[in-house]
Amino acid sequence: MTDTVDTGPMRAADGTPLKVSLARALRRQKIRALALVAPLLIFVLVTFIAPIADMLFRSVENQIVHDTLPNTVRALADWDPSSAETPGEPVYAGLAIDLQTAAEMKAHTRLGSRLNYEDPGISSLFRQSGRNVDDFGKAAMKELVAADPAWKDGATWGNLLGTDKWVEAQTAWGADKTGLQPAFKARSGVAGTLPRTLGAYALFAADARESGRKSALESKPWPALATALEQDLRAAAPESLSALEGIDTALLARTRDAVDAAAPVDYRADFLAMDKDWASPDVWRTIRVFSPQYTAGYFLNSIDLEKTYEGITKRPPEERIYVTLFVRTLWMSMLITFCCLLLGYPVAWLLANLRASTANVLMILVLLPFWTSLLVRTSAWKVLLQQQGVINDLLVWLGLVDDGHRLAMINNQFGTIIAMTHILLPFMILPLYSVMKTIPPSFLRAARSLGATPWTAFWRVYFPQSVPGIGAGSILCFILAIGYYITPELVGGTQGVFISNRIAFHISSSLNWGLAAALGTILLAAVLLLYYVYDKIVGIDNVKLG
Amino acid sequence: MAAITVDMPRPSLTGFTLPLNALAGALLGYVVGTANHSPLTGVLAGAVFAALLAFVVVSFRQRRLGRLAGALITGAVGALIAGISGALAGAILGLVLSWFAYWLSSGDYRASVPIYATPREVLWHNSFRLICGLIFFFLIAPVVVVIPLSFNAENFFTFTPKMLALDPEGYSLKHYQDFFTNPDWTRPLKNSFTIAPLATILSVSLGTLAAIGLSQSHVPGRRAIMAILISPMIVPLIISATGMFFFYAKLGNWMEAHLGLSKDFLGYVKVVLAHAVLGIPFVIITVTATLVGFDRSLTRAAANMGAGPVRTFFKVQMPLILPGVISGALFAFITSFDEVVVVLFVGSASQKTLPWQMFTGLREQISPTILAVATVLVAFSIALLTTVELLRRRSERLRGMSPS
Repeated sequence: MTDTVDTGPMRAADGTPLKVSLARALRRQKIRALALVAPLLIFVLVTFIAPIADMLFRSVENQIVHDTLPNTVRALADWDPSSAETPGEPVYAGLAIDLQTAAEMKAHTRLGSRLNYEDPGISSLFRQSGRNVDDFGKAAMKELVAADPAWKDGATWGNLLGTDKWVEAQTAWGADKTGLQPAFKARSGVAGTLPRTLGAYALFAADARESGRKSALESKPWPALATALEQDLRAAAPESLSALEGIDTALLARTRDAVDAAAPVDYRADFLAMDKDWASPDVWRTIRVFSPQYTAGYFLNSIDLEKTYEGITKRPPEERIYVTLFVRTLWMSMLITFCCLLLGYPVAWLLANLRASTANVLMILVLLPFWTSLLVRTSAWKVLLQQQGVINDLLVWLGLVDDGHRLAMINNQFGTIIAMTHILLPFMILPLYSVMKTIPPSFLRAARSLGATPWTAFWRVYFPQSVPGIGAGSILCFILAIGYYITPELVGGTQGVFISNRIAFHISSSLNWGLAAALGTILLAAVLLLYYVYDKIVGIDNVKLG
Repeated sequence: MAAITVDMPRPSLTGFTLPLNALAGALLGYVVGTANHSPLTGVLAGAVFAALLAFVVVSFRQRRLGRLAGALITGAVGALIAGISGALAGAILGLVLSWFAYWLSSGDYRASVPIYATPREVLWHNSFRLICGLIFFFLIAPVVVVIPLSFNAENFFTFTPKMLALDPEGYSLKHYQDFFTNPDWTRPLKNSFTIAPLATILSVSLGTLAAIGLSQSHVPGRRAIMAILISPMIVPLIISATGMFFFYAKLGNWMEAHLGLSKDFLGYVKVVLAHAVLGIPFVIITVTATLVGFDRSLTRAAANMGAGPVRTFFKVQMPLILPGVISGALFAFITSFDEVVVVLFVGSASQKTLPWQMFTGLREQISPTILAVATVLVAFSIALLTTVELLRRRSERLRGMSPS
């Protein structure tokens, strides 16, 4: 053996420096671990996290007003909402186009329901007006056709507004009708001169593409297009029309002359004749307040506030229900958690201090309800608690309760509390048990031998050591309780329901999905906060089951 | 073998056992008395009877014989009052009373407290056990009570007089027959047994791989990944359901348009995906818990002997963590099998599962078939619980821990 003096870095067998070699091994290990985790992570992100994110987005999303009434919203920006006057003619002119296109796409009822959440009654206004609004378009179309019959033809509109390439592709599609129609592309320059017509035509082409039966060039043009074109022709300067390239400018000029010769339509008067509610500034205020694409309105509604043109105000007293419901959810969850603790602590203590064989047998009594279907337990409580149920029958038989005055134990808060305490009790006992199992019984004996009374020994020595278990169990119970839906729905009646029942109501009955999403987001925030606390106290890695 | 015993003086018969037994008898007598509108007679008769019974019973040397005598005597008295059901109730009461008499007279009541405990402590100790017993009763009684009720011959949700009289006419299997023949119940049952296994397979295969990945020593962002994977368990179901309701509708429409799948099939796909993701936290938790005790030198030994990673996994690691994987699978299965809220929001009528049908049954047309279903499900959960418990013990034995 010879001593070699190695001045360079330490090397691995293959000659690479040890540091590099180790780093490479570590990196490979990391990549392998990640590769194992990745499929599940992607799965959870797509099937769980994305839906939650979608819900969060929905709680602020409000594009429907902006998308359905683009011309109206643009014109309405100039109107002062605090004035008692109704907005000017341009707003009604815009509405005439928007409402017609919306009615063609059946979007006006959806818009009506959306605005109805904010101002009850608006829904029927939109529904009824949507039925008659194409009178405007029919009259305008008659005028256009009188000037030139070519306007009856869908191809005229397509040639005017679409690029030549699009028209070509569209014609080719019309020949065999396979696949999707080509997406609409606007002719350059048209957007500046004929903005309203172009907007309406883009919707028309998209609608034809979606229905997929007839080419946009062959479909019968919407009357809304006529209204839009008439308005555009009145507004446009003659020289800008003739400057348009690649189209039949003569046709446009001819039509423009005919339109100019006719008397202008009084949209405002016609709308008022259709429904006098269109003269109400309140309707216009609602539309204006909810025209931005994103709104805090749903969140405000979920804490009993509302957004008006004057700012944020409280809702009328008879409509304030959500704060009460949140408060009730919180205090009932706390009460249920407390009941679980009260019942769970002695049982956990007993289980932790009995001989292992006895404790295992008794543990089955805790685990059996834990493994039994939630609906089985809820139906059992329904059977036990109802007026003609087992407990009432027993009390009547014992003579403790008169047959005519059976106790109402179900469909109220009592029912929810007792059933949920039973359902969540194992979730309290199991963490308490696992903490108490680690407290040596000799501590209590030592305390007693040092002269402590049984109570002092328990309170000063045992109890403080069991606090982590209490924290873990309580937070777990509380998190589970505030999100409960099934049990309160079945045994809670009207007074014993939680915020989650309201969310379900908005999803399946009132269809106010934005409000449901906002309520859900608030609840989620509360739960995540508790989850964070739980992680700090117990650590998510230490959750044990069974 | 000489056991060291400390002889406690046997409690006095007349000063302790008989009065306490009389007290217990008085309480029971009060209950029976009030039911028959004469509480005072009940109390007196109960006290005298219980004291006499205790006196007779403790004179037997053999406990079993004494208890049997107690049960027979009270059973006979019960039969005189109320026929068959009276005899049964009487026998049970007699057993309880004679057990109580022995427990007191032989000094068993202070067997599990230290010898130096004061009488007050002994009293507290026994009352504490009584309280715990009542809590256990609270836990288990609701689950047990549905079982006899499911055999009700009437469409009631309570015990009929015929049932209480143990009349065979009061009992029938008609609700079970309804459950197994009515398509309103058989279709959901089939759906449940289609969806739950598929969801379980999906969550177990993905979850086990990920748990193995997470248990490696160097995982970047381990806490964040863990938090994401556990979140389906923490986020309240109603919120998950709300999010999925919006998102899965879009997902379904997209798949229908682009993959050309039928709506019905996609309905199942959506529910299975949703249930699989809900089951994942349980798989992750149980499998990582098993992997904590896994001896890493075993895989190194396998590699040393020339086994590739795949072979090592199936031949060495998998058999050892199998109990954890199976109990994770059972948790995932029961999560899907029990789940109502998400399927209610994501599924359509053709994916109606058993809990969904129970939920609508409880909310709208309340039918006693639900109790038959509940009984079947209780039996099912007992089977699952037993399996999980056996697996847990096996896993602990494999890992060289004593079963606890």
